[in-house]
Amino acid sequence: MESTIVRSVDYNAYFGTNHVVKNVNIEIPKNNVIAVMGPSGCGKTTFLRGINRMHELIPGATAKGKIMLDNEDVMEMHPIFVRLKIGMVFQRPNPFPNLSIYDNVIAGYKLNGIKLPKADKDKIVEQSLTKVALWNEVKDQLTKKGTFLSGGQQQRLCIARAVAMEPEVLLFDEPTSALDPISTSTVEELFHDLKKNYTLIIVTHNMQQAARVSDKTAFFYMGELVEYDDTKLMFTNPRDTRTQNYITGRFS
Amino acid sequence: MKTFDNEAVVARGNNDPRVTTTANTSALKTTNRDRHSHRQIWTEKLFRRVLFGMGVMMVVLVVGIMLTLVVQSIPSIKALGIGYLWGTTWDPVRDIYGAFPFLLGTLITSFLALIISIPFSFAVAIFLGEYYPKGWLPDLLKNTVELIAAVPSVIYGFWGLAVLVPIVRSFESSIGQQPIGVGIFTSSLILSIMIIPYAASLGRSMIQMVPSHLKEGAYSLGATRWEVIRSVVLPYVKSGLFAGVLLSLGRALGETMAVTMVIGNTSTIPKNIFQPGNTMASVIANELNEADRVIYSSALIELGLVLFLVTVVINMIGKRIIDRVTKD
Amino acid sequence: MKASNSPVKFRIGKSGFFKGVIITLAFSCVIPLLFILAYIIKSGITKINWNFFVNVPKPVGEPGGGIANALLGSAMIILVAAIIAIPIGIMGGIFLSENRKSKVAYWARLCIDILQGVPSIVIGIVAYFWLVKPSAFWGFFGWKQGFSAISGSLALAIMMLPIVVRSTEETLKLLPDSLREAGFALGLPFHRVILKVVVPCGVSGILSGVMLSVARIAGETAPLLFTAFGNSYLSTNMGKPMQSLPLLIFNYATSPYNDWHDLAWGASCILLMFVLVLNIFTKIITRRWKVQL
Repeated sequence: MESTIVRSVDYNAYFGTNHVVKNVNIEIPKNNVIAVMGPSGCGKTTFLRGINRMHELIPGATAKGKIMLDNEDVMEMHPIFVRLKIGMVFQRPNPFPNLSIYDNVIAGYKLNGIKLPKADKDKIVEQSLTKVALWNEVKDQLTKKGTFLSGGQQQRLCIARAVAMEPEVLLFDEPTSALDPISTSTVEELFHDLKKNYTLIIVTHNMQQAARVSDKTAFFYMGELVEYDDTKLMFTNPRDTRTQNYITGRFS
Repeated sequence: MKTFDNEAVVARGNNDPRVTTTANTSALKTTNRDRHSHRQIWTEKLFRRVLFGMGVMMVVLVVGIMLTLVVQSIPSIKALGIGYLWGTTWDPVRDIYGAFPFLLGTLITSFLALIISIPFSFAVAIFLGEYYPKGWLPDLLKNTVELIAAVPSVIYGFWGLAVLVPIVRSFESSIGQQPIGVGIFTSSLILSIMIIPYAASLGRSMIQMVPSHLKEGAYSLGATRWEVIRSVVLPYVKSGLFAGVLLSLGRALGETMAVTMVIGNTSTIPKNIFQPGNTMASVIANELNEADRVIYSSALIELGLVLFLVTVVINMIGKRIIDRVTKD
Repeated sequence: MKASNSPVKFRIGKSGFFKGVIITLAFSCVIPLLFILAYIIKSGITKINWNFFVNVPKPVGEPGGGIANALLGSAMIILVAAIIAIPIGIMGGIFLSENRKSKVAYWARLCIDILQGVPSIVIGIVAYFWLVKPSAFWGFFGWKQGFSAISGSLALAIMMLPIVVRSTEETLKLLPDSLREAGFALGLPFHRVILKVVVPCGVSGILSGVMLSVARIAGETAPLLFTAFGNSYLSTNMGKPMQSLPLLIFNYATSPYNDWHDLAWGASCILLMFVLVLNIFTKIITRRWKVQL
């Protein structure tokens, strides 16, 4: 029996009076890849951003309910602590443009003023870049600025940056939608390795991607969590008609 | 300064960087980082408060400026009343205060300067906005025009005194006026040079914003370049151009040093533009330090208050127009 | 657009004519500037020598006067004004760019816009009444009433503020939100996201605002008329009157003495060079330092 690492209890999110995420109850097991899919505007990204408390950064945005990370309620913790345990990778790669590749990877420490001996820093950089299969490509160019890499490499750099913080959960907000197909598959290959050490929650617009990479899939529609099941079951035998319609392409 | 716990790194499986034993390492890591982050939260609150304080300070500053002007004008307002602004005699020695010569001087110099400078400002705006928006020569022109605004006004004044005044003096004799040299006309000339960049730069950005599909529609009907400018571009940006004019006007009204040096500093109503006069700003500059009585300095401050209100209103109208135009 | 009845050739000719008029007007308005620049440099450059930099103005008739007091005075007044205005201005700009919707930000932005349009002489008047006149108030702190360099610095700082605030705000507003999100997602607190992520990426814009604000006030005279007032001697006391380049130029240019006119020409040349170089330098540097987003 897998242990649950993230569990949401009646989670609701609002933009002002606009109720965008409605009563989501979900249990996410450890070291799994969970895909979150649904049509545009269904609340999947809002839900994802609620998990690491990024949702409330938008003026007027509020949320109710509980999100348990292990045994702590993320909604009760100060956001900074939450984000140290739950990392996020965004849709458009956003390495810090004024920092080198090396500094980008350890940015979570460096920008936070956490001082580490050089040996530790080097180790973290090498380990993180290896985990995202970027080490061999950039090990001789660590001092170059992050923005000189290709889109796919930049995104892997962002994953390395998140991984360097040793989080428990990694959130991905449509991580490959801005990448070309080859970079997309390189990133997708990483998910399989990364789940050994982390739990991955990936919002995706791309059903085929969800089917390819995830263990379980959650289907959101109009702010509600409509169906949540093992990926194989979800795609071969969906229980809800809305899920069925989405999978067969009746709407997107 | 907290150091990262080395033991946690070592405890993490020997050679394979991809295998982590999270059991003991998380606890050690989190306490160190947590302690650091607790302090961060306090600093974060402090930072937000400081920022807020700066915002408040900016409001307090401007309110303070307005209040100071009003409070210091009160003695004059109480003693001289509103008729002060229409009084035509300014004779502090005999305690007679009338501000009309300065209002007139300010208005005439500013509007004359505006009339002279507008054709040039608009020409620059149209040239850079429409004919040649890109290239090294237009860039050079743009930067040079901007440099006009960078030259300190006291230098314009000094040059005006040394070069322009003698020229105007001989011009005046040639047209039968008293050859004084200093006066309203000379100040307007200097002022007109100084305010060119304001309407020019705003006009240029407005003209560049004209959507090309409007111009293309006119071209496709067979219009010439000039016809497109005259009937499509200029009407489209007319409020923007007006805002530019207001900005130039606001600048002209408040200009002190260059005007003081070439206007002649005479507190009577000039009979024509070739006579010396005074503006509100120049009379304050010249006489505030000499004002030995409360009513004298208060009368001058009241001029400052009028200047403040007028320039603020003009600039605000200009900015509102710009905001409205750019929002579309 | 009404259909024109004139023959096409005439309309094309008219178009060309107006184009010529526009070009002529546009380029001729820089002629006065170039002429002024040339004249100032020509008149001033011959008056500049070692004495000029090292001596203070001598009484009329005595040779060898210089503008050392004005050079030092300007430097000190500007430095103090910058120390006051730059931190406050940058913080103010950060406040405005990171709080776009708050009520306080709306009024603060409005006030800064108002401040930008206030004539410099009005600011001089206000600084006079805040720091120079109230002898009873300041006397309590051991300050004697009177003109002082620090009151001049305050007036200039107030003038610098809108430029620094606005350019900081505009620069930071241009930076994409994804930059801030990347910082927050790493667990950075707000002040580190701003100071360690956002501001470093906006350094070129903020720096250009700072340099332009210094160039602006370096040549300002009106605010100093009632504050720093001027001083014929070399002084480093911020609590006493101090000379500055623009003040010296104003006073000596309007005096009847040729010796003093010479000093004013030399000073004008130096001031002009300083302001122009700073402006040109700003344009070059900010292009070079712009962060590739």
